[in-house]
Amino acid sequence: MASIPSKLYSDDVSLLMLLLDTNPFLWTGANTTTTSLPFPGFLTHVLSFLNSILLLNQLNQVVVIATGVNSCDYIYDSSSSLQKTADSSENGRMPILCSRLLSKLEEFVIEDERLSKDDSPEGIVSSLLSGSLSLALCYIQRVFRSGPLHPQPRILCLQGSPDGPEQYVAIMNAIFSAQRSMVPIDSCVIGAQHSAFLQQASYITGGVYLKPQLPDGLFQYLSTVFATDLLSRNFLRLPKPVGVDFRASCFCHKKTIDMGYICSVCLSIFCKHHKKCSTCGSVFGQALGDTSSTDRKRKTPET
Amino acid sequence: MSGIGIERRFEPRKTNNGDERRLAVDGEEEEEDDDGGNGKGLEAWERAYADERSWESLQEDESGLLRPIDSKTLHHAQYRRRLRSLYSSSTTSRIQKGLIRYLYIVIDLSRAAADMDFRPSRMVVVAKHAEVFIREFFDQNPLSHIGLVTIKDGVAQCLTDLGGSPEYHVKALMGKLECSGDSSLQNALDLVHGYLNQIPSYGHREVLILYSALSTCDPGDVMETIQKCKKSKIRCSVVGLSAEIYICKHLCEETGGSYTVALDESHFKELLLEHAPPPPAIAEFAVANLIKMGFPQRAAEGVVSICVCHKEAKVGGGYTCPRCKARVCELPTECGICGLTLVSSPHLARSYHHLFPITPFDEVPSSLLNNPQHRLPRFCFGCRQSLLHPGNKSSFRAACPKCNQHFCIDCDIYIHESLHNCPGCESLRHSKTPRFESHGTIFAALEVLNMQDLKRGVVSHMGCWALACTVFDSVLKFKILTD
Ligand SMILES: [Zn+2]
Ligand SMILES: [Zn+2]
Ligand SMILES: [Zn+2]
Ligand SMILES: [Zn+2]
Ligand SMILES: [Zn+2]
Ligand SMILES: [Zn+2]
Repeated sequence: MASIPSKLYSDDVSLLMLLLDTNPFLWTGANTTTTSLPFPGFLTHVLSFLNSILLLNQLNQVVVIATGVNSCDYIYDSSSSLQKTADSSENGRMPILCSRLLSKLEEFVIEDERLSKDDSPEGIVSSLLSGSLSLALCYIQRVFRSGPLHPQPRILCLQGSPDGPEQYVAIMNAIFSAQRSMVPIDSCVIGAQHSAFLQQASYITGGVYLKPQLPDGLFQYLSTVFATDLLSRNFLRLPKPVGVDFRASCFCHKKTIDMGYICSVCLSIFCKHHKKCSTCGSVFGQALGDTSSTDRKRKTPET
Repeated sequence: MSGIGIERRFEPRKTNNGDERRLAVDGEEEEEDDDGGNGKGLEAWERAYADERSWESLQEDESGLLRPIDSKTLHHAQYRRRLRSLYSSSTTSRIQKGLIRYLYIVIDLSRAAADMDFRPSRMVVVAKHAEVFIREFFDQNPLSHIGLVTIKDGVAQCLTDLGGSPEYHVKALMGKLECSGDSSLQNALDLVHGYLNQIPSYGHREVLILYSALSTCDPGDVMETIQKCKKSKIRCSVVGLSAEIYICKHLCEETGGSYTVALDESHFKELLLEHAPPPPAIAEFAVANLIKMGFPQRAAEGVVSICVCHKEAKVGGGYTCPRCKARVCELPTECGICGLTLVSSPHLARSYHHLFPITPFDEVPSSLLNNPQHRLPRFCFGCRQSLLHPGNKSSFRAACPKCNQHFCIDCDIYIHESLHNCPGCESLRHSKTPRFESHGTIFAALEVLNMQDLKRGVVSHMGCWALACTVFDSVLKFKILTD
């Protein structure tokens, strides 16, 4: 990164953090019917996409993080491999990307599988999206620290696994941190169902959420929607977010509600008035909120 | 380093823990230089040495040579100290935080605010950082409210009413920047007391006074007013810009707030931002209660309607109040027609990291670093930066006590101050399983709540096992405390 003359960085240089879902339960086993795309085919699309990103601008940078079931790890960084193979010829670069990425990916998948041996999960389990998101954000902070001139970072989640409910708080934390650093999170969902987490992530951070209808044409989706840099996005009509539901559901009956009661101590949500908070144990007085604005002085209109 | 030369001007500003403060100043010195210095209007030869205090960025080493202070290390050491003190105070009552705050910021715009010891003047510096503070406050406390009060010519004036929109406050503050006359603590407290007495009992009442003057000019007995505030459970804090004064100290001690005096601009900013995270809730200060809130849906695209907040016709966007069907532009807010508090579920989620903070990382001791038998990771787990600096002896690294991954200084700070996740723990499925089981069994033994129900409840709401797990932890702690 440091070796490149900084004045060459213009606003259309991108850093793409690709979070690759390597959940084996998604690609093998009983689930093959739901995704028509086998893993090798999927990888071909992804590699072509990564190559095209690097070809769009010579300063573009790509970092790939594998999102496994039991671990997450960096598997490819175009900036570090460029330095090592600086003497390689131009046309030698593409195979190097592929071979390096594929060998690291294989190592990762084997290691990830080894970690899961002792407990056998049933059915499709989620992958550790919260981990790879956190790693990507740490990496992006490092790029921000490298100086005033740096590529424009964005995160692309290629996710197929269902949402892991236990990751809710961690993923929301990551989303808010990305929002604060103005890093958009794009999502391309290749699994069977929509991902509520990624819908929120893309909506809150201003990224693009897409669930391709035909997984066979993945490369086309990737190159038309996710390849453009952040500056050029302003001039494109990219898929609009459709109906992100931000309504909450109550802790007591898991009903989706549009009005409810919130515990003032722990912010738990209930659909009707309780005497005691089942989450934190606080004992409540009478319900407020209806009265809060009437016993307070009426706001003067903002002009 | 604090003993040299021209100290007379600054002597009165130091409070009893002067040494610690001084450290803070040194740590920030470099940052100030980076943004071009704050004395922009003056040429270098016009600036007095006394104001620049350039000698403070130098340090004497073992051989008596003067060296620039390693500000980064100092800054980090200071950050770790703050983190540790924060964490130790929060572990005992983890879930008890004042998350719903009603804060009045009182800005002293008396004659003293025109002083130029802060460049270009105290008033401008206060306004600049108050803006940063307001934005940071709403980022960390999305369900809270701020109001602005100014003191000028011995009179306190309400600049903005309690509200949830940062833009509104910032605009009002920037439009009213002039100072004159005396300052009056009593008038300000009386005014704020009147307003804060009306807020709902579950809210935490707070006043933050940014005080420039060295005196207060009051119409009556200020001590009575202080007692009145104490009775109303209003937590008063003061950030001073000149010297420590007794009445402010007394006020903060009586009402449970904090009193700090800023040494310079960066120190002021730091002291101010310490008030952004929610303070630990003191049970008797706010009554636990259920608050009625609405979760409006986003209105369909292309529908034209008039919004309550701006009174303008808008196409698409906006949210519809579930009770009275009025249109509002932004969340969180209060419905302008029926007064219902309107939020969305991410606003609630934004506060969860206050309830479930991540543990501070341990510094890896240098004995371990130099031990050739221990093979330590070569890269920071978070950002892949190399942790080995052959030339640099300060190859600091921090390790997460749960997942044992190593992190660089910058990741350590970023993880604790912004991300609130440990990338190492999040990248390990195993770290979660045992934690969950242990809570489950302890919880079953307690038989306080129907665990299955609670689990289902939490899972249904956010679909969150981790939340349930941490909640068990909290419930457990809470039970032990109360029973
Ligand atoms: Zn319910
Ligand atoms: Zn509660
Ligand atoms: Zn409006
Ligand atoms: Zn309404
Ligand atoms: Zn790092
Ligand atoms: Zn950890």
